[in-house]
Amino acid sequence: MSRLRVNPTLCTGYGYCAEIVPELVSVDDWGYPIVSRSDIDSDELLKLARRAVATCPRLALLIEESTRDA
Amino acid sequence: MTPAIGVRLLAGPRGWESLTEHQKRLGRRPQGTGHLIDVLRDSGLRGRGGAWFPTWRKWSAVRESSDGHAVVVVNGHEGEPLSAKDRVLLQMRPHLVLDGAALAAEALGASQVVVYLSRSSKETDQAVRRAVEERRVLEEPPVGVERTAHRYVAGESSAVVSRASGSQSKPRFTLVRMAEKGVDDRPTLVQNAETLAHVAMIARHGPAWFRQLGTEASPGTTLMTLTGNVKRPGVYEVDLRATVGAVVRETGGTVSPPAGALLGGYFGSWFAPAALDALPLDVDVLRSRHGAAFGCGILAVLPQGGCAIVEATRILAYLAAESAGQCGPCVNGLAALAETMGRVSSSSAELGDIENVMRWVDMVKGRGACHHPDGAVGQLHSALCVFKEHLHAHLIGRACRGAKTAGFPQPPAPGDGWK
Repeated sequence: MSRLRVNPTLCTGYGYCAEIVPELVSVDDWGYPIVSRSDIDSDELLKLARRAVATCPRLALLIEESTRDA
Repeated sequence: MTPAIGVRLLAGPRGWESLTEHQKRLGRRPQGTGHLIDVLRDSGLRGRGGAWFPTWRKWSAVRESSDGHAVVVVNGHEGEPLSAKDRVLLQMRPHLVLDGAALAAEALGASQVVVYLSRSSKETDQAVRRAVEERRVLEEPPVGVERTAHRYVAGESSAVVSRASGSQSKPRFTLVRMAEKGVDDRPTLVQNAETLAHVAMIARHGPAWFRQLGTEASPGTTLMTLTGNVKRPGVYEVDLRATVGAVVRETGGTVSPPAGALLGGYFGSWFAPAALDALPLDVDVLRSRHGAAFGCGILAVLPQGGCAIVEATRILAYLAAESAGQCGPCVNGLAALAETMGRVSSSSAELGDIENVMRWVDMVKGRGACHHPDGAVGQLHSALCVFKEHLHAHLIGRACRGAKTAGFPQPPAPGDGWK
């Protein structure tokens, strides 16, 4: 299983991720992403998550293989 | 239950203890081997930096990754403004801490020891350097001293690793454990100074001796900093079986009837006056029964007439200013909370202020590279919950005399620079 993660030290709140995959990302009062902690449970969502990762101008998103809890 | 004050780490002479005195009093330390990890497991020692993580587990992760070039970092930074325990320990018993560091280095296959200190305490720096100098005659891995700016988050372990690798003392976001890749990408143990002093005692006397004091889940003694409304503020070594009430009584009691207390420092939890006497120090009981953390052992008692809402807001404002400025939720969230709580605290809240505060407390939690935002909002949230009625008085605009009462020692001015 895998999860979407954001590196908060890189993110500056462009917000593309929340547009691309609102199922996994919402934004807070200041436009920064709140990323779902749950496992990505469908191929369709995983595809969208990968697109969000590739689109992020700050390269702040990553998909973490959740073999262990961080 | 008496708290058994000052019987282990702080036993012996007052003030700095030389290597000769130290070895005469306690004997030479044994050699550090892999077996020491089992001894630490049996002792139940947990980290005294604030998280109370089992020490042996941290050590065994480093040992697994170590190829003989691991790094041991003694964390004596103590960025928490209300805490003085690591400073006092390093000034009085540097050799106990350095014994623990050498034991760790030998047991984990480390070729380097770094003592990490805040630039704010010259006395600590001098005490440690003098002790390091004395130990040159011993066959031990070399010990260096690394100093950094006094910032609240600079003692967070990923910030320690960053600084010890030559960069700024700001927390890092990483998915790789520092036990595998820490300082200069080498396997790294970052351990609080007090924890290493306990290691030095356990290596000499064994796990059964360590467990003679404390509880099953929180064995041994611990250093506490008592501050605020107490007759004799300072650092005390106490039995973890004791209650807050017993500690306060044994150390001279309070000046005025307490209006409440903050346990665990700026990331800690608030308690109403009635809850203090029977409150245990056992960290698991604190967590399960009170949702509170003992943190790095601070008890700050609020004086009669003091106000937890005012005090919690001061602390929050300081922590907001002390954000490393790297993560949006921490920068924006803590700033918004500080501004809004400023109005609540001065009894001039606007419509929707407290609702926003409660929403933001949830919103920022768990979203920084480190736990700075979590600790900051946790402290605030506990004050708002425990002193609900008092909060209500603030919200309806009733003037609070707590704003004019000297509560805890004021937070220092926010730090400057990150190196």
